[in-house]
Amino acid sequence: MKAYSVVTEPINPQLYADYVLRPEAGAVTLFTGHVREWTKGVKTLYLAYEAYVPMAEKKLAQIGREIEERWEGTQVAIAHRIGELQISDIAVVIAVSSPHRKAAYEANEYAIERIKEIVPIWKKEIWNDGEEWIGDQKKKPGGEMI
Amino acid sequence: MITIHYFAGIKELTGTAQETLQFAGQTVDQLRKELAGKYPGMAENSVQVAVNEEYALPDDVLSEGDVVALIPPVSGG
Repeated sequence: MKAYSVVTEPINPQLYADYVLRPEAGAVTLFTGHVREWTKGVKTLYLAYEAYVPMAEKKLAQIGREIEERWEGTQVAIAHRIGELQISDIAVVIAVSSPHRKAAYEANEYAIERIKEIVPIWKKEIWNDGEEWIGDQKKKPGGEMI
Repeated sequence: MITIHYFAGIKELTGTAQETLQFAGQTVDQLRKELAGKYPGMAENSVQVAVNEEYALPDDVLSEGDVVALIPPVSGG
């Protein structure tokens, strides 16, 4: 498997934890981000993710390099799924191993924050009465423009 | 020629996932203005520009064969 990938199939998080596990590691943090049903009182039916795949994978790898420079001895694996995802499906998995737990916790949170900043992946929420690309705040529930 | 990729809401605005344009020798900012004129509504969107899979600056000059992407605000995770 690739350490930094955009995938279309369901994610098995254990693969990513196993990938970063090595004798030097005293800690592995494994984050899975899931499709949430309710956001600000609006019920999501499902999500559709789209990515600029080659650039997204480069940016995931960049995040991994940033982490390995900032927290010595860490190793990172990240995957983000695209396509149609149902409630509770895993959208993203981040595994970080480090000699001690603090770095693994901190680096894992850093990774998800950076994903939301620089990785070209977009999420569309689909509701009963409409849909919206998140990040593009022009369309609101009910379809009216603001 | 340069190739331009569109994604998410911008793709819905343009009605196409990609197109090619004669734009080598001109800047990223000039391209952005050209596209804003071609596609009403694009100027109101906050969009970053990537060239050859890396975020570009407004003054960067485009070369023959460059692959450009318009990147609306990302929402992964």
